[in-house]
Parts: sequence; C-alpha cells; structure tokens
Amino acid sequence: MTVHNIRVGESKRGDASDGGADAVGGRLSRVDGPAKITGAAKYAVEQQLDGLAYAVLVESTIASGKVRSIDTSVAEAAPGVLKVLTPDIIISLRTASDWFGTPPPDAPYCPLARDVTFSGQHVAAVVAETFEQAVAAAALVEVSYYETPAIVDLSDAKAGDGIPIDAMTKEWGDAQAAFASAPVRICAAYNTPREYQAPMEPHGLIAHWEGDKLTVWEPSQWLDGMARTYAEWFDVPFENVRLVSPYIGGGFGSKALALSHGAVAASAAKMLGRPVRLVMTRPQTFTGYGGRAATRQTVTIGADRQGKIQSIVHRGINETSIDGMWVEPLGSVTSIMYATPNFSSKQNVVRVNSVVPGAMRAPGENPSAFGIESAIDELAYEVGIDPLEIRLRNYAEQDPEAKKAWSTRQLREAFAAGAERFGWAKRTPEPRSMRDGNQLIGWGVAAGTYPVRRAYGEAIVRILADGSVEVESSSIDMGQGTYTILAQTAAETVGVPADNVVVKLGDSRFPRAGVAGGSRLAGVMTGAVYKAATSALDQLVGLAISDPRSPFHALQANTLVVANGRISSPRGDGPDLSIAELLSSVGRDHIEATGDTMPANSTAQDRYKNYTTIAMAVPHTEGDYSRHSWCAHFIEVRVDEDFGTVRVSRVVSALDSGRLYNPKLAESQWKGGIIMGIGQALLEEGIVDRRHGRIVNNNLADYLVPTNADIPDIEVISVGIPDLHSSVLGGKGVGELAIVGVAPAIANAVFHATGKRVRDLPITLEKLI
Amino acid sequence: MRDFSYLRAGSVEAARQAAALPGAMLLAGGTTLIDLAKCGVAEPDSLVDITHLKGLDKVEVSERGATIGALAKMGHVADHADIKSRFPAVSEALWQAASAQIRNMATIGGNLMQRTRCPYFRDPSNFPACNKREPGSGCSALGGVTRGHAVLGTSEACIAMYPGDLAAALVAFDAIVHLGERRVPVDDFFLVPGTTPEREHAIEPGEMITAIEIPHSAAARRSTYLKIRDRQSYEFAAASAAVGIEFEADGRTIRDLRVALGGVATKPWRARAVEEALKGKVLGPDAVRAASLLAVEGAVDHGANHYKIELAPRVVARAILKMGETA
Repeated sequence: MTVHNIRVGESKRGDASDGGADAVGGRLSRVDGPAKITGAAKYAVEQQLDGLAYAVLVESTIASGKVRSIDTSVAEAAPGVLKVLTPDIIISLRTASDWFGTPPPDAPYCPLARDVTFSGQHVAAVVAETFEQAVAAAALVEVSYYETPAIVDLSDAKAGDGIPIDAMTKEWGDAQAAFASAPVRICAAYNTPREYQAPMEPHGLIAHWEGDKLTVWEPSQWLDGMARTYAEWFDVPFENVRLVSPYIGGGFGSKALALSHGAVAASAAKMLGRPVRLVMTRPQTFTGYGGRAATRQTVTIGADRQGKIQSIVHRGINETSIDGMWVEPLGSVTSIMYATPNFSSKQNVVRVNSVVPGAMRAPGENPSAFGIESAIDELAYEVGIDPLEIRLRNYAEQDPEAKKAWSTRQLREAFAAGAERFGWAKRTPEPRSMRDGNQLIGWGVAAGTYPVRRAYGEAIVRILADGSVEVESSSIDMGQGTYTILAQTAAETVGVPADNVVVKLGDSRFPRAGVAGGSRLAGVMTGAVYKAATSALDQLVGLAISDPRSPFHALQANTLVVANGRISSPRGDGPDLSIAELLSSVGRDHIEATGDTMPANSTAQDRYKNYTTIAMAVPHTEGDYSRHSWCAHFIEVRVDEDFGTVRVSRVVSALDSGRLYNPKLAESQWKGGIIMGIGQALLEEGIVDRRHGRIVNNNLADYLVPTNADIPDIEVISVGIPDLHSSVLGGKGVGELAIVGVAPAIANAVFHATGKRVRDLPITLEKLI
Repeated sequence: MRDFSYLRAGSVEAARQAAALPGAMLLAGGTTLIDLAKCGVAEPDSLVDITHLKGLDKVEVSERGATIGALAKMGHVADHADIKSRFPAVSEALWQAASAQIRNMATIGGNLMQRTRCPYFRDPSNFPACNKREPGSGCSALGGVTRGHAVLGTSEACIAMYPGDLAAALVAFDAIVHLGERRVPVDDFFLVPGTTPEREHAIEPGEMITAIEIPHSAAARRSTYLKIRDRQSYEFAAASAAVGIEFEADGRTIRDLRVALGGVATKPWRARAVEEALKGKVLGPDAVRAASLLAVEGAVDHGANHYKIELAPRVVARAILKMGETA
C-alpha cells in the first residue's frame, strides 16, 4: 500500500481564486479536494487486504455493575464466526502511558470490561468472515450482569460536589471582597450539555500483524502518539508499529488517541493471525469514546456603574467518568478576556457513569466563553451600556493572569471591523425592539480566544532529478489543509511552482510530528518544512556554485537565485538553468534535507517524547509574551414569537489568527467552527435516559447537527498580523478559534430578540415558547 | 441483521401472495425497512421486492381527484405540477419531509407504512420492553425521554408518535387508500395504539397498498402544510399542520375548513373540533386562535413533551391565518 501522492496541479481550479496561489499566503485550493470529491481518496479502513476478517463490538446495556457471565456458545456456532472475544478470551496487554507520557502502572490492560462503568462499554467482540456475519453473531452473545445504581449525570443527587482540581485555581486580588463592595453585581449559572464530535467518518481501523510488526490503518490526528500506545499495549518496540492515515473524515479532537476498540481489533488480529477490520456503528460512536463533557459554571461579576469590572468570581464543574479523568478547563477564557483587579476561578470535576469525555473543538475555551461572554452581556444590560462598548471599556491591554504583554492581540481591530461590516451602530438596545412580522430579530456580540499551542515537528524535503520537490511528514490532513500549505511552503522556499511539489503525509514511517490538535500543526509543520526546504535550497545553490561540473562554477558568485524552478545569477549575467538541468550537470539524482524545529541540543529521547506525548508542548506564556488567537462574532437571529424557533440569519466574524498561510483554507476552517458553534447553540445535546444512564439520541437523526438550511451566508474577516513570537512564519491558531464565542453571541442575540436569557444550551424552542 | 431470502415479485398478485407468508415483508424504497433491520427491529425472513412492478408509480390528476401510485417516489409527487397546483399541502408536506436523497428513494406507499421514531422502539438490545415490538412487554418510553412523544391518541400501552408529514395532508383532505380493490379512508387506515400498539394500520396479511386517491376540493386547492421543528431541514416535526380553507363568496366567511396535525399524535390527527368551530365564521385572528386551542383537546403530556400542547395550536392558527391572507 502507499500513501496517496497528491500533485498540486490536479486541484487547481484555474480561476481567479487560484491567482498567485503558490506561495505561503496564497489562496491555493485544497490539493486533496478533487480526490475526495471524486471518491478517489482511499480512507484508512478502505484498504483491501487478503484474508481480512471483520470484528463487531458488543456493548454493555447497563451503566454500572459487573459482568456476571457471557454466553458465547450460540454466537460461536453462527455462520462464519471465527472468534468471540470476552474479558476471559483475549490476549493480555500492558497498560500504556497516558498522553503526557506518564509511566503507567505495571498492570495488564483489558479493552473489554468486566467492571461496567457506563452504558455502551465494550464487553465482547465477534470476529467473522464477513461484516454481516459478525453483526448477526454479535446479537447472539448473551451477557448477564450484576447491576448497581448509576450516577447518570451532573444533576444526579448521588453525583456530589466532585473533586477539586487545584491546578485550575487562579486567583489574584481579593475577588470576594471586591464583589461584595461593588455597586453593580451580577451572578448567573451557565450550563452546557454533553456534545459529540460526530465526524462523518466513524472511528475504525484495520490491524495487521506480520510477526511482531503491527500495521494499523486508522484515521488519526496523531500517528506517532497512537503508534506509541499500540507499541506499549503489545509490548513491542515503537519502531515495530506503523500507523497509516492518508485521509481523515473529520476528527474534531476525537481521533487523537488510540482507543479501546483499536486494542480489541489489534488483539483479534494477533489471536487469529489475520488482518481484522473493526468499524464502529454510528450509535457506538456516542459511547465508544468521549464527546465534550457536560459543564456547569457560575459567573459572578462586580462592577462600577460605568460597567468597569472590579471583580470576577468563577466556579466551574465538568463531568468525568468513574475511572478516567478529564478536565475541561472552564476558567481559561474567564481569566484573560477582560481586565479585572480581582479574580478567582476554581473548578471541580464530578464522576458520573459515562465514557471518559474527550477533546472536542476548543475544549475548555468553548464552554468557558459561553459563561463569561454571556455574563458580560448581562452586565451590559444591568448598567445600560452597549454590549460592544462594555467589552472595550474592560479591554485587557495585557494578559491579566500572566501579567505579560500580548504577542499580538488584534481584538480591538476585530470588534471594529466586525461592527462596521455588521452595522452594529444601527442596533436598538431594547429587547424585543426589532422585528419583521412574526419574527423577533436580535443582534448579539461575543468574543473568543484560543491559546497558541506550540510544539515541534520534522520534515524531509527532497529536490528530485526532474526538478520536482517532495515533502514527507508523519503529520496528517483531516481537512484543515496540511497537504496544501506544506506544498506552498516548500514551493515558496525552494523556488518552484506549487504544481511541482508532492506532499506525502499520514504514515508514521515519515519524519515525525506531534498531535494535530490545539491548532498547533500548521505553525509547527510550516516551520519544519521551511527549515528543511531552506537547507535543501542551500545544498542546491552550494552545488551550483562549488561543483566544478556546474555551469555556474566559473561565475564565482556567492549566491544564486532559484525561482519558478530555474536557477540564475542575481544579476542575470550567467547561465539560466532548470533545476533538472543543474542536477544533471553535477551528476546528482536528488538532494535531500531534513529539517526540524527542535532545540539544537535535543537528545533522541527528547525527540521521541516530543512526538509521542504532549509533555513538551511549549507554554503559550513562555518568555516575555502571552500568545493567543482572538475573534469577535456579530450574529443576527430571528426568533418566531409563537413557535420559539431560533434561526441564525446573519454572521459577521472578525478573526485574528496572525498571518494566514492560506486565507482560503483558513476562512473555511473559521466558517466550519462557526457552523459547529451554531449547532452547539441551538441543536446539540446528548440526552440521557435517567433510569438507564444511557444516551438515547445516539444517531444523526436524533442528535441534530446543522444542515445547510440552518446556515446563512457567513462573512469572515481576517484582522491578524504576522506574529513571529508565535511561529516561524507568523501564524497563530486557526482551527479551534472560531467556535469559541459563537454560542454566547447567539444566546445574547436571543436575549436581544426576546428578552429571555437562556443559560442552558442548546436553545431549543420549548425554552422560548 | 439476520439473513433473509429475497424475492423479486413478478406481479402485484404474486407480491401479495408472497408477502402473506409469515415473516415476509414488502420491500419498496427501503428507507424505513432497511433502517429498522439495521436497528434489529425488523427481522424479516423474506423480502418481496416490488420496486420494479410496472404501472404503480403514476401520478394522475383527473376530474375526480388525484391518484398516486404506491411506488411513486416522494420527490416525484412533491414536484408534480398538478399536485402543486391542486393540492399544495400535499406537495409542501413532501418537500419538508426527510432529505432529498430519501425523497428520491422512498415511495408513497412505503411512506404510509413509516414507523415511529420512538428511541425505545428502535433499540431492542437496550430496551427489551416495547408493546409495539413485543405485545405485552411494557413501554420503556413511559418515564423515559419523552420530548418527541405523542400528546394525542396515546394509551397506557404506547405513547409513540407517528412521525410522517404526508399523512397529515392526506387525512385533512379525506384521501382514500387503495388496497387492491378494497378502499379504506386514510383516517381509518391509521390506528391509535389502544391496547394493540403493534397494529398500526388497517391492512391485512396479503394486502398491499396500490394507490392513494385524493378527491378534489376547494379546501385542498387552497391549502398549506406548516412544519415547525428545531432544525430547518431533515428533521421530524415538533408540531405541524395541514390546513385547507374555502370561503363563501364574500371572501371572508369560512365555508369549509380542513385541519390535521402532525408531530403530536400517535397517528395523523384530524382536528375536526377546530374545523367545526370556525365553519360559518368570519376569519379573524382572535377567532382563529381561540378555535385552534381545540386542536389539543384531551391532550396528555409526559413532561418533556408538554411544549407540544402549547405549540400545536399556534401552528394551526398560523397556518389558517396564512391561508386567509392569500384571499
């Protein structure tokens, strides 16, 4: 098998949108687009392997208790069945370290549960010759349980106050005292439900053992991290595991880690000596891994009568599972968005009988912004100040928490550009003061932010005999545009058309990369490719100048110009050769350079740790600056006064992601985030049957995400400037930013439209009727 | 999904005979049946494919009314010029149902046989109790998540909502279901659950829907289907109303009114009390709003679905007033 090599040239649209697109900052269309549109793109589980067997998971039907017995006899006798795996019939694995690389306990790991801690937990699996046979036999596995009472969610009386997470505590000044003496005080509670990433491509994999070498074809946001986990589970060297993930049909945070279903499939493959494919059903994607944790926040603001904040007191809780730990940092936006002399934020986590929650687009910042950006709107109405004006009055000129200068913060510019384009000045402040027939119209504003997470990456850049350039990296493209921007980076740096660059990603055999999460990959990988390409270019020019066979040798120049695939002297007084002609003249069939962004004295161990854990991520407040992306959303809603239905009719968002490596792709990501935010605000909620502790809307007909009809034209405006404190080429994060602040902007607009403040997402019609 | 045998029926008669055998089911567009088979709800021993039968996909509008073949696709009927002009509520109900992909697959006959979206009905492995699936096993929905459940026509055995859109329009305009030679008014074709929720339609083994007939009426010609839901597209109704109106010569006094509800009842729900209250009255907002409250007479909620009792009369009133405005 090979990773698809995508030639940039195939995807050019040939219209104005591609004009000047080859360089970094150009609007090159996605190079992987045509393959996806035409169906030529082969996804991980579409690999065809001889002898492939199919595994189907059996899930617990209780939320809490123990497996009493599993009767596999009927299933084993069913047609085509090769093996039924249970906690007693599966090879023993070792516990793997977590994503920080924390050494694990020296304990066995079993991906099939004896102790049930949530409904939908994997308790058995059936492997058969065909998928249909495995499905049919899975229904014949008889599992009986000892059931114990479950804690179904945060509102369960048994849930308690939870566990304080001291690392989340942030305090300065005397927030309680300042609040008590403030002339204006507001206090409100904000809740967000369980939400799910709902990627189009469900989770799944093909696992294939050859001796003690394992190949896993699996959609992945982090090949090296997942390869490490598989290696640790099966106690084989890291180098023995190969992860292949050419395309990813949406991840949104959910495909960064090797999960228990992967362990089941790889175990089955080892036990059977055959490659095994396992793909989750859509209902299983709601319990096979975690979505966004449900959260509760109280936000208390003390201010003077001019709306100047004197104190913020914030308390948050999020749910986690019975035996796993997930902290959704709820004070992350609260502590940096506004200047306040007194601040206190604390957080607890509460154990409930659910799968351990996970990362979902802007974990932490997203619910955090729903709290503070709703509360500041409430304060604006309390003191009678325009919601945009109150944000400017409390503008944080430096990071209030770290007490450091912002690297760049174009938020004031975002407010100005968004307000201008939206026409905010024409807003009448009174709730219910704007309408169109039965439609109450509301205009809301909210800000968002996401930290610049930095890590390291490495890449190989090759200049080939035909003058084309090849880039290799184990980083991935899940639709955000890695293939495209790395082609642009290599093209610009070496000096060739982007058509002549081939980018290969998604194979852990390539030079390594950290996780594609936290909006860090573009900054990391453009930096690594830039360095590798610069090094390759230096070699090329060096050869041209110094090799006696080179036509440039006699020129005695100290540098040469490479542009559009041709080499010439700066003054144009010498030869003018194509790269291919030069390589031919000096007898080379390629030039190869590796580049990385690791500190110079890094050891092999440092590198391994960097690429396979998140322990070495660089803090966004390292050194003298605090680094974040910023945005401001201006949103119009129409609420039917009789029906309570909310429709978003207009969105203008101005965003600061620093320099954009490709504005067309960045705009698409921003719009995607805004659309996801509209779903979060109005539609998305995992609904639990409280008697069974089970999510009942575990499918895409009942767990609603927005359709095209729910989405108006969305206008996005880039207000960023290059931020060289944040990345080698000046970009900040793009992918997570835009969802942050959308839900509160909509909730604020709904308040403006109706006079009703909805503090529990989603804002469904019965809350307004 | 269990193994099943597959038979391509050679004629309507052959299809009826094959489908009369125990464990046999007719397969048309498959958008409901295949879905339910994947859930483990439908476990047919044999499927009798009728999709290729000739002559059952026609839409004909004559002097008497419209006759829609059972195998006509939803999308085709929605876009039919005479259906749009003479029965706008029918076209609008179809346009607002499902998705474009499903409308291009699903047939009109199959649409009538669409089953409930009750999550407890659709998940046998987690919720064994369901009187609709297993008579006498109990109802898992009672005491559970009920936001989408019915408030009208429920029983102690079942509160599952009938999810379809088209049937509300058919009930409003007195459509007739053709089961071969036998004719059944569509309002009688759909059954309330009572003590036998497993029985949803007045159709006997060996019978097959061959067509639907909708008689012409002035009310049908001046009609609309208003569907309210959380999501703008591709979602079942929170509440919907098929409404048709005919005025006296003065253009204000209501001669005939048809009102049927979707999204709130265990079957498509004709609201005759609303019709009777307004017939002979002059159309006006206050009278319409007051009469529309009669649409939910006798409604019983189960907590999370209480909003439907508030919402449904407002949907009815809006639809009636909208039809009045177009005078």
